[in-house]
Amino acid sequence: MSVDLEIVEPGLATTLQDLGRRGFQRFGISASGVMDPIALATANALVGNKLETAALEITLAGPTLTCAGADIRFALAGADFAVAIDGRPVSSHETHDLKAGQRLSIGTARDGARAVLAVSGGFQVAPMLGSVSTHSRSQLGGLDGGALRAGDRLPLAVPGLPARPHLMVSPAHRRRAQGAVRVLLGPQDDAFSAEGIATFFASDYTVTALSDRMGCRLEGPRVQHAGAVGIVSDGTVFGSIQIPGNGQPIILLADRQTTGGYPKIATVISADLPRLAQLRPGERVRFQAIEEDAAIQLARDMRERIRRIDASLVEIQRTAVPTSDHLLACNLIDGVISAFD
Amino acid sequence: MANDALYAVPRFRRSGDTALTVEVGDGIDADVNARVVDLDRALTERALPGIVEIVPTYRTLLVCFDPVMLSRRDIEAEIMALWPPVAPKGQVRRRWTVPVAYGGDNGMDLDWLAQRLDTTTDEIVARHSAAEYRVYMIGFMPGFAYLGGLDAALHVDRRPEPRLVTPPCSVSIGGQQAAVAPPLASPSGWHMLGRTPVRSYDPRRTHEPFLFRAGDLLRFRPISVAEFAALERAAETGAIIAEREEFKV
Repeated sequence: MSVDLEIVEPGLATTLQDLGRRGFQRFGISASGVMDPIALATANALVGNKLETAALEITLAGPTLTCAGADIRFALAGADFAVAIDGRPVSSHETHDLKAGQRLSIGTARDGARAVLAVSGGFQVAPMLGSVSTHSRSQLGGLDGGALRAGDRLPLAVPGLPARPHLMVSPAHRRRAQGAVRVLLGPQDDAFSAEGIATFFASDYTVTALSDRMGCRLEGPRVQHAGAVGIVSDGTVFGSIQIPGNGQPIILLADRQTTGGYPKIATVISADLPRLAQLRPGERVRFQAIEEDAAIQLARDMRERIRRIDASLVEIQRTAVPTSDHLLACNLIDGVISAFD
Repeated sequence: MANDALYAVPRFRRSGDTALTVEVGDGIDADVNARVVDLDRALTERALPGIVEIVPTYRTLLVCFDPVMLSRRDIEAEIMALWPPVAPKGQVRRRWTVPVAYGGDNGMDLDWLAQRLDTTTDEIVARHSAAEYRVYMIGFMPGFAYLGGLDAALHVDRRPEPRLVTPPCSVSIGGQQAAVAPPLASPSGWHMLGRTPVRSYDPRRTHEPFLFRAGDLLRFRPISVAEFAALERAAETGAIIAEREEFKV
């Protein structure tokens, strides 16, 4: 018998994700994978997993979970969510132990949109096409190819508590990046008028409620095409910004269609992709073009940040049962330690 | 032999810091697509460390790479060194025969198309199943095959309003193209002629989850509803019921 994490309430869109599928886009398979890879690496590092271990991606409103068969250690990273164990609030961005039978409730996102919930040891789920990432449209990954539902049971790979200290993300590493989303022009910027390109960079665009893991749909001043709106369909990447006939940009994301027939004015740089995961409906974004060399340097920096993710974590002392006094004490420790950053 | 649609040299388009779009010709054209397939093969054989994935489409290759290991300029230089890519001698090609149950519940637009084209449903089926198609690319959804080679008499504009859901395994036409859908429901603005018991994509068929690839040839064979049911039962067990012929060119 496996020891399972049981989904009591699934939340808005809770899916199992790892780094996604590589090499199958030529067969029409979306890469999928976690929207915020820094959150995945951070949550896994907190609980002592390999950084790419599959975990639960939580969107805007989180699930309620329980494990009857064992104590488990978990951590949330990414957006700041309200978290409670048996109704008692605990801090996000740090490890906690969930005792067998206790209920873990993830509430709503207070800032950002998506968090990753990692469990020590990870889950025992068979990969499909090299990944356990859920892609609902292809019915691939997760438990049965879709988002998690009430009553679903995720088998734990290594039930029980790890013999390692509790950790938290240092406050300096929790902040959301601000400012314009950086892009490189192309591949089809020549499909737009000079005025269309100027509009694209000079305007604020609002994230609409129709956004999901396939695409971030924006609303704002119309981006004018130079001529025909369609192109011969070609391949898309995470971060392609396509402009359909209505002139409203759509940023293609992890679950995007593998090919598309709308011209793509620009592409979000790889280092800014995790920020897209955190855009909330109603939030405004602005785009800024940067040089290719700068984008590559930022990609290196992000790689280095993930490689050295342990440096962003600090040890916390915690008694068996956290109390409000204890949480205050944690905050004190947190302040002292961040002074060394 | 010269085809104006083919570019003398490829056109490189930047797709962010981790991908490069390589455009080899203009429009939807068999020669252009053949060049895509040849360049895909040549570049794949080079196995450059840092190339993560290559996605062939109608007239482009999307080359996804790790910018820390490899620069866009390196890939462009590599492609120029391989240019023009040539198909190896004695190359094996594949021709598929895909059974289709036309009309009725399987092809809800067949009657409408016959009216629209002022012809009979039999004539449409005859023309659709007489042609030899080329798989231009797999895209949009898992195993969805875009086909070129549709009889010009069957070129009909797409629906003004796409349907939000069309049946799994639909065989459809839209504009000058034809398609075979995987066993997944999908939105579509194309016209539904029939359905095939063939599963172009089946992740449980672990040895061969995808049947078709760019450059394959494909024909349709009309079948009865009874034969459809029998073949569908076989497909459910994981059998590949599309007939496959391999030949050297």
